Amino acid sequence: MLTQGSQPAAPAEDVPRKIATPDSAAYLAAETKVRIAQVTPEGAATVTGAVLGALGLVWVLYERVLPFSGVLGFWVMWYVVFLLMYAAMARMQWDAREVSHKVALVAFTTGGILSVSIVLGQVLFVVARGLHAALHLNMWTQSMAFASPLSPLSVGGVLHAIIGTLEQIGLGTLFSVPLGLLAATFLAEVGGKLARPTRTIVEAMTALPDVIAGLFIYALFILTLGMQKSGLAASLALAITMMPIVARASEVVIRLVPGTLREASYALGSSQWRTVLNVVLPTARAGLATAVVLAMARGIGETAPVLVVSGVTKEFNFNPLSGPQVSLPLYIWEYAHIEAVNATIVTRAFGGAVALIVVVMLLFALARKLGGAAPGELTKRQRRRLARGARA
Amino acid sequence: MAVALTPGQSPAAAEDKPRVIVAPVAFGDKIFRGILRSAGLAVFLITGLILVFLVFRATTALQAMGFGFFTTSTWFISTNQFGIAAILPLGIIAALFALVIAVPVGIATAIFISEYAPPRLRRALIALMDLMAAVPSIIVALFAVFFLMPRILGFDAWLSHHMAFIPFFVFRLANYPSEYANATFIASVAVSLLVIPIVASLSRQVFSQAPQGEREAAYALGSTRWGMIKTVVLPYGRSGMIGASMLGLGRALGETIVMSFILNPSFIFNYHVLESGGNSITVMIANHFFVAGAKEISALMAGGLVLFVMTLIVNTFAAMIINRSRSGATASAD
Repeated sequence: MLTQGSQPAAPAEDVPRKIATPDSAAYLAAETKVRIAQVTPEGAATVTGAVLGALGLVWVLYERVLPFSGVLGFWVMWYVVFLLMYAAMARMQWDAREVSHKVALVAFTTGGILSVSIVLGQVLFVVARGLHAALHLNMWTQSMAFASPLSPLSVGGVLHAIIGTLEQIGLGTLFSVPLGLLAATFLAEVGGKLARPTRTIVEAMTALPDVIAGLFIYALFILTLGMQKSGLAASLALAITMMPIVARASEVVIRLVPGTLREASYALGSSQWRTVLNVVLPTARAGLATAVVLAMARGIGETAPVLVVSGVTKEFNFNPLSGPQVSLPLYIWEYAHIEAVNATIVTRAFGGAVALIVVVMLLFALARKLGGAAPGELTKRQRRRLARGARA
Repeated sequence: MAVALTPGQSPAAAEDKPRVIVAPVAFGDKIFRGILRSAGLAVFLITGLILVFLVFRATTALQAMGFGFFTTSTWFISTNQFGIAAILPLGIIAALFALVIAVPVGIATAIFISEYAPPRLRRALIALMDLMAAVPSIIVALFAVFFLMPRILGFDAWLSHHMAFIPFFVFRLANYPSEYANATFIASVAVSLLVIPIVASLSRQVFSQAPQGEREAAYALGSTRWGMIKTVVLPYGRSGMIGASMLGLGRALGETIVMSFILNPSFIFNYHVLESGGNSITVMIANHFFVAGAKEISALMAGGLVLFVMTLIVNTFAAMIINRSRSGATASAD
């Protein structure tokens, strides 16, 4: 916007041409972005008033007038009273449309905060309960072979379960990722009549009961082929639950690869398989890695399929091919549910849960780190290398 | 390079026909597509194999009981009096209650993330939703049993005293905390924690694809943000929300660990969800599989078969609804 006081700047080669110079008050007044205040004193006062008013009213009702009890009920009731009070107070000041907008804003924001705090709450609660066990160094270095149910926390640990978990998830990834990636490539790159039903089945299988995977592997490998309960069987069951997750997440990522890259590759005369292997998949590499790691994070926490086919042991078993092999979820299941005879045992289970959370968090952080880049976006190192190449 | 038309060619150009292009598929590509197509077929094969093997292993039990498997409530294996007449509806009720809690919270969360959250926070919130989906069910089970259960009993009592006009909340046992513990309602609340992220992340994807032009049109007509959401985002995302809720139902029906931690298995159908008891096919499998003999394993396989068929139908419908509502081309990565 040109104003009276502006002078056209001389076009220089290296300086982008300025349309106006900001040297007049009129210019500044015209160009300053008007910020509509999101938080007004009235708005803030209304929210605060509703929060405190509801708290007081519910306290009187809940603790003094009516014979209720329970923390959860108190807060549920408080929330409902808060929304009603807020709506009433807003109605006194604003018109109906504004009120519905404000109430929706408050309701959705609190709903979002509630969901977020539930996630954090779960994890923090489990970590807090398990910290006592997790601070014993022996928990990370021993198995439960020499610990009886009455042993103190200074004896026994979860290392055997950590080893089992890592071996099973490793094998499960090995089985599920190739098939999942191939299916995803099929859906995104080949398509055709078969693609639509395949996509539907893949989507349906992502929400399949995880215990069914265990039952299937039990029916196939243990009852029909006569294998033992083992880590391998557990990893096969995990692979069945992980495969659709890999396929679905990878398909989405592969679809994000720009079509122009494919066309450029075809224009250079390469065939479809060359294009997919040399252009499409490498471009989507970061997203594919995220898909795989997310599936691993899901698979690692699966208890039900492992429960049916892996068997339980208190000892180290490094060999997934023979003998029962316990994993972290199964360890927790065993000590928090089946053998929960005293508080120490339950604390052990919470210790195992801390280990599980640590593993899942590590995988999750890895997934986010890998998946930070959009398809084709270069990492810092790649950009440096390109810059070096350009200078040379 | 421009091709000049000679005058003689112009009448021919009037009756232009699309050229049929036949691109010969290279030999390597044929093999490549064959491999990929067989991977797609493998998905069907696995689903089919699951069905075949469950049917195969369930025959012993189904032959022993016949149709009685669906009409018997008790679970006495040796005397051939076992069935899922009570277990199956108990599980379905628990799943439906979980859905009643999870769908409003999940959709509210999705709307919050896609419409109300400050853009700077949005990415972090999406990551947090993914994290919530990755919280293992056994962690949720620990949280539910050791944190939620002791604190929810008072709320249960309140529901039973003041909400008893809803038949589900009628409470016929003595008014002691232990009679409220291990009830279907508590299991439903816990399972809803696992369903919320599924509903939230799928609906968020659909909401974020609501066309920008129509949003701006709503604002231009003087709509508030809520008015815009009500008239543009929610109608656009309706089928996505339905599909997401159905996928959530599939997840809730199949939940094993949380249910078996909380419930106190019973074999009498009871829709009074606040009363201690409850059961599901998954709970039976988790609790009985270790100690089961050959015949009971067959009975559990038959239960698993029923569950598998039921969830496959629900999930397939859900997936069809979701796929109709969004073209995969614009789906986002998270």
